[in-house]
Amino acid sequence: MSINKSNKSKLIYTFLAWTISSLIFFPILWTLITSFKTEAEAISSSPSLFMFDWTLENYEEVLARSPYFNHFWNSIVISLGSSILGLLIAIPAAWSMAFVQTKRTKNLLMWMLSTKMLPPVGVLIPIYLLFRNFGLLDTKLGLVIVMTLINLPIMVWMLYTYFREIPSEVLEASRMDGASIGEEILYVLLPIALPGIASTLLLNVILAWNEAFWTLILTAADAAPLTAFIASYSSPEGLFYAKLSAASAMAIVPILILGWFSQKQLVRGLSFGAVK
Amino acid sequence: MMNRLIMLACGVMTMSAAVANETITIATVNNGDMITMKELSSDFTDKNPSIELKWVTLEENILRQRVTTDVATRGGQYDVMTIGTYEVPIWGKQGWLTELDKLGASYDAEDLLPAIKSGLTVDNKLFAAPFYGESSMVMYRTDLIEKAGLKMPKSPTWDFIRKAAKAMTDKEAGVYGICLRGKAGWGENIALITAMSNSFGARWYDENWKPQFDSQEWHDTLQYYVDIMEESGPPGSSANGFNENLALFQTGKCGIWIDATVAGAFVTNKEDSLVADKVGFALAPHNNLGKRGNWLWAWTLAVPASSKKSDAAMKFISWATSKEYTTLVADKKGWVNVPPGTRASLYNNPEYMAAAPFAQITLDSIQSADPKNPTVKPVPYVGVQFVAIPEFQGIGTAVGQQFSAALTGTMTVKEALETSQRLVERAMRKARYPK
Repeated sequence: MSINKSNKSKLIYTFLAWTISSLIFFPILWTLITSFKTEAEAISSSPSLFMFDWTLENYEEVLARSPYFNHFWNSIVISLGSSILGLLIAIPAAWSMAFVQTKRTKNLLMWMLSTKMLPPVGVLIPIYLLFRNFGLLDTKLGLVIVMTLINLPIMVWMLYTYFREIPSEVLEASRMDGASIGEEILYVLLPIALPGIASTLLLNVILAWNEAFWTLILTAADAAPLTAFIASYSSPEGLFYAKLSAASAMAIVPILILGWFSQKQLVRGLSFGAVK
Repeated sequence: MMNRLIMLACGVMTMSAAVANETITIATVNNGDMITMKELSSDFTDKNPSIELKWVTLEENILRQRVTTDVATRGGQYDVMTIGTYEVPIWGKQGWLTELDKLGASYDAEDLLPAIKSGLTVDNKLFAAPFYGESSMVMYRTDLIEKAGLKMPKSPTWDFIRKAAKAMTDKEAGVYGICLRGKAGWGENIALITAMSNSFGARWYDENWKPQFDSQEWHDTLQYYVDIMEESGPPGSSANGFNENLALFQTGKCGIWIDATVAGAFVTNKEDSLVADKVGFALAPHNNLGKRGNWLWAWTLAVPASSKKSDAAMKFISWATSKEYTTLVADKKGWVNVPPGTRASLYNNPEYMAAAPFAQITLDSIQSADPKNPTVKPVPYVGVQFVAIPEFQGIGTAVGQQFSAALTGTMTVKEALETSQRLVERAMRKARYPK
C-alpha cells in the first residue's frame, strides 16, 4: 500500500518536473526550430513545429554577414577572463569573511550585495567616462574588468556560503602544522571547497556570457561579444525572425553545451550546504 | 646589401601604410537598406583604398542608447553614426555633430528633397545626409475592398477608412479590417497617433508650450483610434508594432494597414508576402482640415564631433548618399530596392517609377509633410510625429503607455488623456519650459 503510494507520488513529481522543464525549454526549442525555417514560414500565422521545408540558409547568411567567430572568441575571453579574475579576488575575500570574521563582516557582505540592487544605467555615464579616459572602450580587457566587478558580489557571497560549511578546525590544524595563509587556502581550503568553487566559476561564466547591457554599451567593432552579434539581427522595420533565431541559436548553443556537461557539478555546488 | 634590404623593407612598410592608413567605424541599424549598404561597401573601399571600414550593426533602440552615450560623452568610438530626424536638430544645436561641408563638388545637395533636408539643417548648416526617407501611407487589400463593394480613393478620409475597415472585417475567417500600431513607445503608437492627431487638428503644445491633451481634438483622435480598433482591429493589438502588423498583412490577416512607406517594398515582395499581387496604396487619411495623418522620417548618416577621422567619414557619407550609390544598388539589387525618399532625381527616373508602385505616393507623402508646421494650429516645435526636444523620448513613451491602456480597455479615453495631460505638464515644469 505504502509502496503504491510512494510510486504514485513519484510519478506525479516526475510528471510535474517534465512539464515544468518542457515549459522552460520550449522557447529555446522554438528558437532552434525557427532558425531552420524560411522568413515566410517563421511569420506564418499557423506555424508548424516540424512539418516544413528545413533549410540552412539562415545559418549560411548569418555566417556570411557577420564575423561570428570573432564574437565567439570575444565571449570566451570576456566570460572566462572575468570569472577567473573574479575568483582570484573572491576566494581570499570570502576566506577572510568566513574564517576571520569581525563585527562588520555581515554589514560588508550586505553592502556588497546592495551594489547589485542599483540599476546598471545609474552608473552608465561615470563608467563610460572612466573607460574613455583610460582607453578601455571597445577592448576585451575593459569588459573583463567590468564583468569581474559586476559579478564579484555574487562570487563572494557564494564562496562565503561554501566556506562557512567547512569546519574551521581543519584550517586551524593546518596552521598548527605551520602552514602560511596562502598554503592554508591553496592546499587545505581549495581542495575541500572545490565543488563550490567550480559551480561559482560556471555560474559566473554563464552570467558573463549572457550579460547584455555593458557588453552592448562599452563595445563597438573589436570587443563585441555574442550579445552584440544577436542584437545585430533584431530590426524594428523588417522581418528577420528566422535569421535572428539562427544568430540566437549560434550564441546560446555553446553555453547550453557547457551547462549540459557540467550540470552535475553545478547542481552539486549549488546545493552544497543546502541541507544542514 | 644590408642597407638595400633595410631600404626595401622601409619602402614596403611605407607603401602598406599608404594603402590602408585609416579605419572608420560605422554604427548602423539592421534595416534592409543598411544591410545592402554594408554588402556593397567594397565599391567604396575599392575607390578609396586608404580607408578601411568597420561595421557595428545593431537594433534601433540599442543603437540609439549606445550612440547617444558616445556622442554626449565624446567617447569617439564611432566616425559615422546612423541617426534619425529626431536626433539631428537636437544634436546639431548641442554641437555634438560635425557640419557636413566636405561632401565633394559632385555631391549635388540641391537634389535632396527639401522636406527631408530642412529637418537636417541647423542654422543653414547640414549636419546629416539622408540615407533613406519615409512617410506613412495606406496599404490595402484590393480583393477585399472590391468584395466589400467599395473603392479606395487616392486620398481617403478617416470616415471612409472606418467604413471600409468594418466592411472588410471577417473575424471568423481571421481577417481584420484595420491594423494599426498599438505597442507603447514614442517611436511606436505615438508616431502613428501623433501623425493622426495632426489631421484631427490636435497638437502636443500650444505656442507657450502648454500641453494640449485636454483639447477636444485630442479626444476625437484617441476616441476614433480606440473605436476603429475595437470594431475592426486584430486581437492583442496593443502589442503590435511595425513587424507584427507586417506579418499580419503579409499573411492575409489585414484589410488595411497604415504605416511606413518603406513597407511598400515588403508587402509587394512575392517571396515573403502571400498577398503581393493584391495590394493597393493610398495617401494617409485626412479629416477635411487640410492636413493628412502621415509622418516624416529619415535615417541619416552623420559624423560625431568627437571623430578624429571626419574627412574620411564624410567621404564615406558622400558615397553612401550619392546618386551614384543609387545606381549601384539598382544594378546589383534592382530598382525596387534602392533607398527611397531622399533625392528628387530618383522620382524623375522612369525605371524606378515603373518598378515601385508606391513611389509616387511616397514622394507625395514626403513632400506634403511639413516638420515646421505639422498641424492645423501653430506650434512652437519641429517634428511631425515627434516633438524635437530632448525630453520627448521619455514623455512620448509615458503618453504611449496611457494610449495603449485606453486601447486595451484598462482606461477610458478620457482617463488616458487626463493622465497624459498631468504627466506632460509635470515633465515640462521639471524641464523648465517655456525656455
